[in-house]
Amino acid sequence: MQKKFTKGLIDGVPIGLGYLSVSFGFGILAVKLGIPVFHAWLISAACLTSAGQVAGIEIIAACGTLAEIAISQFVINLRYSLMGFSLTQKLDHSFTTAKRMLVSFGITDEVFAVAVSKKGKLSPAYMAGLITLPFCGWTCGTLAGALASHLLPKAITNALGILLYGMFIAIFTPPAKKSKPILLAVVLAAFCSVIIKYLFTFISGGFSIIFSALIASVVCAALFPIPDEEEL
Amino acid sequence: MSLILYIAVMAGVTYLVRMVPFTVFRTQIRSKFMKSLLFYLPYAVLSAMTFPAIFYSTGSIGSATLGAVVAIIVAFFDKPLILVALAASLSALIFDYIF
Repeated sequence: MQKKFTKGLIDGVPIGLGYLSVSFGFGILAVKLGIPVFHAWLISAACLTSAGQVAGIEIIAACGTLAEIAISQFVINLRYSLMGFSLTQKLDHSFTTAKRMLVSFGITDEVFAVAVSKKGKLSPAYMAGLITLPFCGWTCGTLAGALASHLLPKAITNALGILLYGMFIAIFTPPAKKSKPILLAVVLAAFCSVIIKYLFTFISGGFSIIFSALIASVVCAALFPIPDEEEL
Repeated sequence: MSLILYIAVMAGVTYLVRMVPFTVFRTQIRSKFMKSLLFYLPYAVLSAMTFPAIFYSTGSIGSATLGAVVAIIVAFFDKPLILVALAASLSALIFDYIF
């Protein structure tokens, strides 16, 4: 039991370190958009998701509606449902409903990637260990970034505002380079998002992300259905 | 509107999306179209969130545009996430320092 937890902790070290730096960028961005330090930390501790959180604070900053927040979080984080589905196939017998409810909180892209590539069944202790350091990294980084944005000179915090977007680019560029359909999804979503921003100004930022992403994914799914063996 | 209310909705929806399938369902999605859509969705979401918002993420549109271009170039060579992010940040900082 304890050994499995420790094994999970070790596997989570690189994820935790990565989150520490990325969430620093989130902290900076949140304060820049007018979110208080404590609330920035609370968002990270309660949501534990990069893209959803950025969309969330953008909507909050634009005084969007609660419906907008709810729909955007649903659409952006829908991939976690799929990852959850996928992981249920690998859970061992000791995973009770209560344990599933606890562990599900920590399913992120990177945690999923590590867990799904693991040989054999997944135990609750291992999953708990795996989630611990990414959670610590994500919340500590957010707090540090939010605090630092009050201390650092304006020129630095301005430049750090681009950090998280840089990370997004780093996530979608390599797959887009290798796969034409993914490239189409990326370009189409960016195109729709830009068109909505400048031409359909009555559509708010949150719905713009939702519409753009859905249009691009529906078009790509219709034109280029993925092969059955493709891992999600 | 209260900030806490916004955060509660964010956290609640995010948790449900994670928890329900992981806890309740024991089957896989069969529809090829849905599987394909969910495959492309993360990339499309990230792209829609990045553009055009990235151009307003620094001190000026000029430095942000340079940062975006630098990020795409560095990411094109499969560099680690943090390196891409820092390269974008550093180029934006230098641009705003010079101009």
